[in-house]
Amino acid sequence: MIKKQFAVIGMAAVLSQPVIAQEETQQRAGDEMRRPWQTQRPIVTSNAFNPAVSLILYGAYSRFTKSYQEDIHGFAPAGDAHGATREGLSLQGSELILSSNVDNKFYGSLILRLEDGKAEVEEAFFQTLGLPQGLTVKGGRFLSGIGYLNEQHPHFWDFVDIALPYRAMLGGNYGDDGVQLRWVAPTPLFVEFGAEALRGENFPASGAAKRGVGARSAFVNLGDDVGFSHSWRAGVARLEADAQGRAFEDHAHNEYSFTGKAPLNVANFVWKWAPLRNPAVTNFKFQAEYLQRDESGAYAFGLPVQDVRYGAKQSGWYAQAVYQFMPRWRVGARYDELKGGMPPIELAGTILDPEGHKPQRASVMLDFSNSAFSRLRVQFSHNQTAPKDANEIHLQYIMSLGAHGAHKF
Amino acid sequence: MKRAFLYLLAASLLLFSISAPAALRVFACEPEWGALAAELGGTAVSVYTATTGMQDPHLVEARPSLIAQMRKADLVVCTGGDLEQGWLPLLFQQGGNSRVHPGGSGYFEAAAFVTLLEVPSRLDRAEGDVHAMGNPHLHLDPRNIALVAAGLAKRLAQVDSANAAQYQTRHDDFAKRWMQAMRRWEQQGASLKGIPIVTQHKSWSYLNQWLGLREIATLEPKPGIPPSSAYLSQVLAELKQKPAKMVIRAAYQDPRPARWLAERAGIPAVELPFTVGGSGQAKDLFGLFDDTLARLLKAGQ
Repeated sequence: MIKKQFAVIGMAAVLSQPVIAQEETQQRAGDEMRRPWQTQRPIVTSNAFNPAVSLILYGAYSRFTKSYQEDIHGFAPAGDAHGATREGLSLQGSELILSSNVDNKFYGSLILRLEDGKAEVEEAFFQTLGLPQGLTVKGGRFLSGIGYLNEQHPHFWDFVDIALPYRAMLGGNYGDDGVQLRWVAPTPLFVEFGAEALRGENFPASGAAKRGVGARSAFVNLGDDVGFSHSWRAGVARLEADAQGRAFEDHAHNEYSFTGKAPLNVANFVWKWAPLRNPAVTNFKFQAEYLQRDESGAYAFGLPVQDVRYGAKQSGWYAQAVYQFMPRWRVGARYDELKGGMPPIELAGTILDPEGHKPQRASVMLDFSNSAFSRLRVQFSHNQTAPKDANEIHLQYIMSLGAHGAHKF
Repeated sequence: MKRAFLYLLAASLLLFSISAPAALRVFACEPEWGALAAELGGTAVSVYTATTGMQDPHLVEARPSLIAQMRKADLVVCTGGDLEQGWLPLLFQQGGNSRVHPGGSGYFEAAAFVTLLEVPSRLDRAEGDVHAMGNPHLHLDPRNIALVAAGLAKRLAQVDSANAAQYQTRHDDFAKRWMQAMRRWEQQGASLKGIPIVTQHKSWSYLNQWLGLREIATLEPKPGIPPSSAYLSQVLAELKQKPAKMVIRAAYQDPRPARWLAERAGIPAVELPFTVGGSGQAKDLFGLFDDTLARLLKAGQ
């Protein structure tokens, strides 16, 4: 999700107007048009060219029943996933977003996630503005364009936490250092192709394999309107990630390390309804995604360390619907489910063994947005990610300060 | 997967080669500019209007269909003044069409030809969703339409020089008809001068300035914040002291707050088309002002 303040380009447009504008002044005639012509010429000071700044603050109060387990049964923990929630009162995140046009050919953006004692660079990229024929190149660190949820930052999620397939198979969102090429076809139907080459440092990749080009992806997105009240987007994507020593620790502090291939396929569908395209009073959004991966390689684990050939087909999907039933108030429901594959016999009984359990979860939420900049949410989830059921309740706030960010469809 | 990708690529390349452009493709952000481009361009342009008269121009999503249209546009005609800041930048970023980016001749902004009202002296979100550059709902003063029309005709001629003469002729004709219509509207609307009104959102300031309507209250406590029942009661109490003649709102706005207040204050709630397509009569720019005046006069009797 990319943010940009219109003021910056708006100002650039105004600054470039005067030549045309002066002609207008001379040509203008007629009694009714006596109003003196005047531009909204900004007073140019050095900080008028500062990037657009927005600050996102969000936090929550969460209560879980005693049986709650953070791990997803049968899936390797994906590191410090941003989608995970903590019990009690907690700051979920603070994001600082700076973005601006660099010049007439480039746009740049930096998204920092601020935590105690560190600032993590979530995204830091440039994007071309001037390439011909519908081409766009992005370079730097960014969230991969695969799937629908992957490019969305947590403050834009419709639920407190991310859907299970994303948490289990992408560690929340997959972002990495790399380059991305997108091409929009000149067709009435929206058709977009994209391809990425990425460093392969972050989950599900690891270790920046292939001399730092350890992950590659390709995606196609289609979309259109149906009548005056409906619109949709659908896409398929594939991510091929190489994992080199992708390590995690289970609760007994046993270490596991995976080296191999982690290919992932994603199919996504989004459908939105707003009566006569006017979402102000009521609107509806349905989205569903299916993720499937087929990891193959070797796990090193145990003491003394033993290597085990590993291959598992795993999949997951979620479907969610959010309905704004009156201005500012929305309700939503989500169901998500995972299917773990059979690990080799040596890994039986470990965290990688689903033991016949199918992780699933059902959530409902209600949120209130005082304006486009503030949102308060309550969410209840019935969680069966581990064999014992657990209930979760979350109260969340999301505050956006500063520049008016635009959000993708 | 790879094969499917290639098929799709081939299919879209095929579509590309079939659709050879004939007319200048205008992407209009709002219906009023779509209508104006059609008036000035005639058969030389094909106009795509990104929003309808039933849409709140503040709440537009960068839908896939809009990206597809942006990709092919030769000229983008928008209000500017930050009105489209929530969606237009995304279309520029995703549309991959640098010919229509701000700063170049392919991007036309109406706000650059008009003096914006209500430029805030204090920029604070506690004041609601204020527009830093001033109130951008500038099209409801027909004098502004005339100013923008002159600018747009010039721009059309610049971008599509082969049809420059046609744009000039059509603009001369439009300007003449518009001037006559404006005289008629001003005569009709003379009786509306000075009457006190209540509005839903600060989207009528230019109409008010032109006709001399006096806006004594708005239903939104702050711009962009929907009316709450507590605030409506407060407005109602104020109206007991300073009565208004009518409550006006745009066709796209929630009718309930205006209706609630109108019933209790015993004054008419008037739904105005706001832009082209906002009512059955507002089929073009002339129809928009004909209908707006007719509805105001009916309520003001």
